Amino acid sequence: MTNSYAATLPRTQMPALLRYRRFLLLLLGLAALSIVPFALEDFWVFQLTLVMASSIALLGLNLLTGFNGQISLGHGAFFALGAYTQAILMTQFSVPYALALPVAGLLCLGFGMLFGLPALRLEGLYLALATFALGVALPQLLKYRHFEAWTGGVQGITLSKPEAPFRLDLTPDQWLYFFVLALAVVCFLTARSLLHSHVGRAIVAIRDQPIAAAAMGIDVARYKTITFGVSSLYTGIAGALTAIAVQFVAPDSFTSLLSIDLLVGIVVGGIAQLPGAIYGALFMRFIPTLTEHLSKSATGAIYGVILIVFVYAMPYGIAGFVTRMFMRLTQAMKRRGS
Amino acid sequence: METFLHQLFAGLATGGVYASLALALVMIYQATHLVNFAQGELAMFSTYTAWAMVSAGVPYWIAFVATLALSFAAGAAIERLVIRPMANAPILSVVIVFIALLLIFNSMAGFLFGTDMQSFPSPFPELEAIQNPYFSAHEIGVLVVTLAVVFGLYSFFRFTSLGLALRAVAVNPQSARLVGIRVGSMLALGWGLSAAIGAIAGMMVAPIVFLDPNMMVGVQVYAFAAALVGGIDSPLGAVLGGFLVGVLENLLGAYVIGTELKLTVALALIVVVLIVKPSGLLGKTAVTRV
Amino acid sequence: MSRVSSLVLAGLLASAGLACRKAEEPVAPAPGEGQQKAAEAPAAAASKEIVLGQIMPYSGPASAYGTIGKLHAAYFAKLNKAGGVNGRTIRLISLDDSYSPPKAVEQVRKLVEQEHVVGIFNAVGTPSNSAIQKYLNDKKVAHLFVSSGATKWADPTHFPYTIGFNPSYHVEGKTYAEDLLKRNPKAKVAVLYQNDDFGKDVLAGFKEGLGAKAAKQIVAEASYEATDPTIDSQMVTLKGSKADAFLNIATPKFAAQAIRKVADLKWKPTQYLANVSASVGSVLTPAGLDKSKGITTIIYLKDTTDKRWDNDPAVKEFREFMKNDFPEGKLSDGINIYAYATADTLVEVIKKCGDDLSAENLIKQAASLKDFAPGLFLPDVKLNTSPTDFEGFDQLPLAQFDGATWVPNIPIK
Repeated sequence: MTNSYAATLPRTQMPALLRYRRFLLLLLGLAALSIVPFALEDFWVFQLTLVMASSIALLGLNLLTGFNGQISLGHGAFFALGAYTQAILMTQFSVPYALALPVAGLLCLGFGMLFGLPALRLEGLYLALATFALGVALPQLLKYRHFEAWTGGVQGITLSKPEAPFRLDLTPDQWLYFFVLALAVVCFLTARSLLHSHVGRAIVAIRDQPIAAAAMGIDVARYKTITFGVSSLYTGIAGALTAIAVQFVAPDSFTSLLSIDLLVGIVVGGIAQLPGAIYGALFMRFIPTLTEHLSKSATGAIYGVILIVFVYAMPYGIAGFVTRMFMRLTQAMKRRGS
Repeated sequence: METFLHQLFAGLATGGVYASLALALVMIYQATHLVNFAQGELAMFSTYTAWAMVSAGVPYWIAFVATLALSFAAGAAIERLVIRPMANAPILSVVIVFIALLLIFNSMAGFLFGTDMQSFPSPFPELEAIQNPYFSAHEIGVLVVTLAVVFGLYSFFRFTSLGLALRAVAVNPQSARLVGIRVGSMLALGWGLSAAIGAIAGMMVAPIVFLDPNMMVGVQVYAFAAALVGGIDSPLGAVLGGFLVGVLENLLGAYVIGTELKLTVALALIVVVLIVKPSGLLGKTAVTRV
Repeated sequence: MSRVSSLVLAGLLASAGLACRKAEEPVAPAPGEGQQKAAEAPAAAASKEIVLGQIMPYSGPASAYGTIGKLHAAYFAKLNKAGGVNGRTIRLISLDDSYSPPKAVEQVRKLVEQEHVVGIFNAVGTPSNSAIQKYLNDKKVAHLFVSSGATKWADPTHFPYTIGFNPSYHVEGKTYAEDLLKRNPKAKVAVLYQNDDFGKDVLAGFKEGLGAKAAKQIVAEASYEATDPTIDSQMVTLKGSKADAFLNIATPKFAAQAIRKVADLKWKPTQYLANVSASVGSVLTPAGLDKSKGITTIIYLKDTTDKRWDNDPAVKEFREFMKNDFPEGKLSDGINIYAYATADTLVEVIKKCGDDLSAENLIKQAASLKDFAPGLFLPDVKLNTSPTDFEGFDQLPLAQFDGATWVPNIPIK
């Protein structure tokens, strides 16, 4: 997809601003994001922290469904797994949150790869059902009486928000914001380098032409399983971060609706486009608030209509739309006669 | 033993409910090669319109037929207005449109008809002749209607040229167009028919589970599973899948794992079946040419 | 420079300017801001308005309870038009949480940190309230009259800002057990319960009421999920246990299915029904009024459709209200009666607060109710709270369904 949206103007003919647009945007973005917690109330800092955590989750799902073509309707399960692992480690075993996080991530990596193995046999619709089944069954598992001692059963687990370390003058909300921001940057950079490597090419090849990819010597099974694992790793980390931010986990927080929300997020944000995770996360978090403002009794209907409008106007997601606008811009510049 | 029979027959009765919605899913798949996640909500909305008519005093069977007609029209309209413009969009975008439809219909039902639980009448009289401790008259009626719809669908696809045209459009729209089939009309027909079948499913289910906006949410998961287990391209398979899922769920809950993990184990078993036989029990394995 | 790049530069400068403007706004939070805001609240509230927040499941699986919030909106609109309480109007900001704990946390944070509410009133749902309980107590915001019967809302030592309203599920279960032992000491019981806080709490209370014999007397237990389509399988199992008593701990939809199935299976046990599903209009009518005869439940509200209360002033007021101010609500829906009673209780607490409308005083007054009963309570049912006892109901009367209304076991004055 990036091929068809490549700039139509050669780089040497672009003005400096556009040539280095990605780097400049990143710099500008990070600068803005670093100022924000001191300019806004704690509530908005909290909201933005949740947006960033969601974007990590969407990154994970996009990796699996967008770049690798394995549709998952049950990623909420890995989100929940990460969240609960974090919660249990922090409350039952008094593990500091920063140490519990990688453990939660690795556990999700393992489970993701485990689930990826039988998923190899399932295609399209059937994989969708299998993952959907996972997403639907997980709340029931979390409530199961024999796990209650660990999971807190229906009552859930309450967490405490971490205080800023090194006696920095930050509120817990602000500290958590920077913590999540740093992690989000790391996750995006690793995803980007993964996708630009031969692994990434193999992943995309498997999506587009699985048989040709196999014929070329790509170990389809291995890459598909790894992708499943890495995708769950990302989503699990996102779940753990959200758990810390919200300070509460319960089976009711992770229904199948969450998995559907994640899928909506990547499609609206932009399938197979990294910035899509950010746009999708913003959509997921702020549009429902907007619809609630418009009508309390028919929020779902208005949200659905907005979804349809978005998908019509931007069939390749918001990221696709942005890229297309950029392409138009460079076309206009080219025509202007450089 | 008696309890076992009860569980078995209760499973068949619930299975009939899953089967009827699964048939609507099969119908839409046969016509478009897409699974409509909003099918359950459309069915629920149709049932609400029927309920509104019955509450206003319209006799049951007139309301039934009117609802079928309205649902058919609504299904065709949705295809024309909402789905057709997405014809060239990536498939995941279409899935999102289905999800949007699901949300819209669920929310509108609550908005227009209220969120209280309502009872819905059953058209099947409690005749003395069929009284038995295992099935209520309505449950027998559901089974009869479901089998009638299966028979109708099977004959439609197998023996009529219209059914053949419908399937052709789903499999290869370009070639179908070249042969002279009006692709647009076929798609609209497919959507209309599946909406009508969904309406039947809704009106059969509502007397058992009571009518409220979330009536179909639980049923849809099982219906989806049933359709896939039986083979998404086989009406008979969908029904078989429905019964299988209903009975399995009941027996598992009663004798094997207890009610707390019933859903999990049922779904796990379904996934195992799919891994062993990826296109379902009665489905045809698709052979793709490389 | 081409026109486009100058446009881009202009845009960047504009957004930079906006960012600076935001930084100027004096809203940088300092630690302890929460306490500061809460202390400011009484100053603001000493003016003409009391601002309270609420979270309600207006959408999602529990949307039937959304009518509570809608009734409250109509109730307070009417009250404010008549001059409010002690000359102050009550502004209730009610937000949708779709019965999802993370969403509840978000909405409550919005209410506390942006709308600066002094309390959260009658929030619905045990999971949502569990999620916000610690936050509200940390922020010293009143968590008033929680709409749930879980026992954790009556814990003044750990959560001094949280006080519940509903009769405790635990005590409800215990009451059923004690009544059953009185009627049939050797009864064998089958239990249907929803697999969540509510179901498990009532069951635990029931087992405690049966005492040492609980394990032997409860011959079958079957749970269900709120996402299950039907509970036929569970009912078949329960009937197969040959129990002669049936405890129906279910929410309205499933309770109705269960009552109907009991009749269809030609099973005639002594039936107990959880109070949350005791609505004549929403549950017993769809289930079948004749099939519901003889069922027992705890009751504390008058059934406003019962002719026996035709001359009762509180019931007459309620019927008027429903007709004129809240016509979209169903008169026979017990949830509406409940909502009216909680609103009455809140008004009483605000009245007692006088001019001190801080969160601390709201809780203090709510925890010092002496024999208070809203007009819609049954006679002899009173709320009694104290700083060490946040549980308002001391005894719960039982009632039987006679085919048309609930007949309380206590004498009607």
